[in-house]
Amino acid sequence: MVAAYIGWKEGRRPAVNARDQVIDNVRRAIVTARSTVEAPRGYRAAPASSDLVGLFVERVADYHASVVRCGHDEVGNHLARLVAGHRVVVPDGFGWLVPGAVPDRGLSHADLETVEMVVTSATVGIATTGTIVLDHGRGQGRRALSLVPDVHICVVRSDQVVADVPDAVALLNPARPQTWISGPSATSDIELERVEGVHGPRTLQVLIIDL
Amino acid sequence: MGSTFVGMPAFPEAARTQLANAQLRTNLAHATATIRAKRGAAVGELDTWEELRRAGAAIKDQVLRNLDTYLLQLEETLTANGVIVHWAADAAEACTIVAEIAKAHNVNEVVKVKSMVTQEIGLNEALAEDGITAWETDLAELIVQLGDDLPSHILVPAIHRNRSEIREIFVERMAAAGRPAPADLTDDPGMLAEAARLHLREKFLRATVAVSGANFAIADSGTLVVVESEGNGRMCLTLPSVLVSVVGIEKVVPSWADLDVFLQLLPRSSTGERMNPYTSTWSGVTPGDGPQEMHVVLLDNGRSRALGDEVGRQALRCIRCSACLNVCPVYERTGGHAYGSVYPGPIGAILNPLLRGVGDDEQVDSLPYASSLCGACYEVCPVLIDIPSVLVDLRAKVVDARRGGVPKAEAIAMKVAAWTLRKAGRLGAAERAAGLARRLLRHQTALPGGRAGITSLPGPGGSWTAARDLPTPPEEPFRAWWRRTSGGKKGADQL
Repeated sequence: MVAAYIGWKEGRRPAVNARDQVIDNVRRAIVTARSTVEAPRGYRAAPASSDLVGLFVERVADYHASVVRCGHDEVGNHLARLVAGHRVVVPDGFGWLVPGAVPDRGLSHADLETVEMVVTSATVGIATTGTIVLDHGRGQGRRALSLVPDVHICVVRSDQVVADVPDAVALLNPARPQTWISGPSATSDIELERVEGVHGPRTLQVLIIDL
Repeated sequence: MGSTFVGMPAFPEAARTQLANAQLRTNLAHATATIRAKRGAAVGELDTWEELRRAGAAIKDQVLRNLDTYLLQLEETLTANGVIVHWAADAAEACTIVAEIAKAHNVNEVVKVKSMVTQEIGLNEALAEDGITAWETDLAELIVQLGDDLPSHILVPAIHRNRSEIREIFVERMAAAGRPAPADLTDDPGMLAEAARLHLREKFLRATVAVSGANFAIADSGTLVVVESEGNGRMCLTLPSVLVSVVGIEKVVPSWADLDVFLQLLPRSSTGERMNPYTSTWSGVTPGDGPQEMHVVLLDNGRSRALGDEVGRQALRCIRCSACLNVCPVYERTGGHAYGSVYPGPIGAILNPLLRGVGDDEQVDSLPYASSLCGACYEVCPVLIDIPSVLVDLRAKVVDARRGGVPKAEAIAMKVAAWTLRKAGRLGAAERAAGLARRLLRHQTALPGGRAGITSLPGPGGSWTAARDLPTPPEEPFRAWWRRTSGGKKGADQL
């Protein structure tokens, strides 16, 4: 694939290729400007709230997502209640039994379209912004899984909650594909009035396990 | 489909047309006031805001001042992640690359994530020439595309439309583009969003090729980042098997860790939220998850020209938040179309001349003047772009580029003034002449403070007095008075 494209590119290119031209123009533009600029990083030391999980709950709820806190042994019951009567899919490696759930084995996008709910775990929760980050590893599923179904139920452990964006960025591995989720999908494109629920899951339910 | 900004009149003329549209002014005033208040609240929550702004500016400056190094690093990491990297010096090259990729997959349509850069290069129109339809999937872009309209705001391109206009567009135009609008569609924003969801869903599920831009391209990890709200971005970045991302060369940030600045600055500045609903990051191809063939087109299209401008290069720090539009008294009244570009508002007034150069196009040259220089844009800019200073510098460049030919009345007046002021004798003669001229002028009035004023000058001076009064020259100049009275010692009161 790669080789074919390179051949195709070379066949179409003028004598001076665009890459050399762009780099050359950039170099000429910065001849007198080249220098090192250090960024201040004091923002990383900003004081954190003493009740991270409490703040996280409050901020997630601000986006009109529903939030439930429960103990480790109650998770199964909560999940059973939330998914009862619905067609639900779970990713490989999800840590709890979800009654009636379809495992994600070769489901096409069209198949996913017929599924109403998905249950996943998460990698990090960010208290200040009420954000859940999925890196789509075990228990979180491929990206389409938490996108196509209309309801996303996400299980977050209290020890996964960090204070703010810098803490999350420091923990996350850029090599993994990531989805940062802050409430259900939304738009303000019509007269700046917020409407929850456009293309992504229109309902986000967060289950926080207090450890 | 496919309006363009090509051939738009210069700003003053375009602004006059837009200002006559009362509906537009009502929609804009409502929208900008709403978003200004939200931004203010979101920014006010962070004690670290000023330092984040300084950090954002510094990180971008570090990239810009060493851009060749970071671009080559990005190319290397992207390639290592399985991405095919293309380079485009201008819009035509970029459009050709995207069209060739689409053609290689035998598709007649692509789905698009909202992206400023693909509008800048006129990608939709270029693809249409090759028989490929580009479907916009952002709600506002969909409204603009279906309405055969032009975007008027960076973040909310249909900000000039109200709900009943949007309903009308959906009812009349959706059927020709795919699934028609529901028969019972009202102008409730929730229902309009639902109509867009249903209309676009079949396109997301069907598409083979998606086109995106990127908010950030991370050099050390080969990661692209797309920040969005609706989930249309996630759909495009996840469901199709081929993804082409067109990325301006100024979008590079050095390292993954730097995201901790920009993911705080951008959402709070642009939508006034603590965090936007969805941010997607990906480092090339992930087997079994998302697109399995990925292309990145690194685009110059005037950016290296802007980079060479010592004062103006800071404009390339821009992260397209649009906070400067929402606070601008000029934008709030004229709207985005008057700027004649996909980049409207204060940032557009500097970015367009910097990308395209001054002296060739009257429309571009008019933009640095589309400002009162009040400085509100600089105050809200999350990466500290000193827009007023760049505007003033560009005005000088426009004047320099347009020297020669028949001088304007203003230039002649300035030359005469310079000649007069050079010698005391000439100034004295001019002052005496002004005192005499006073007797010839009618249309006098009283200015605030009780001084006499002239409301109407004859001849070319009339264009000055059309907008403002001129203080009446004194009957006797100060220096003549000083001489006559020996510095006020004798007969000071009589003339």
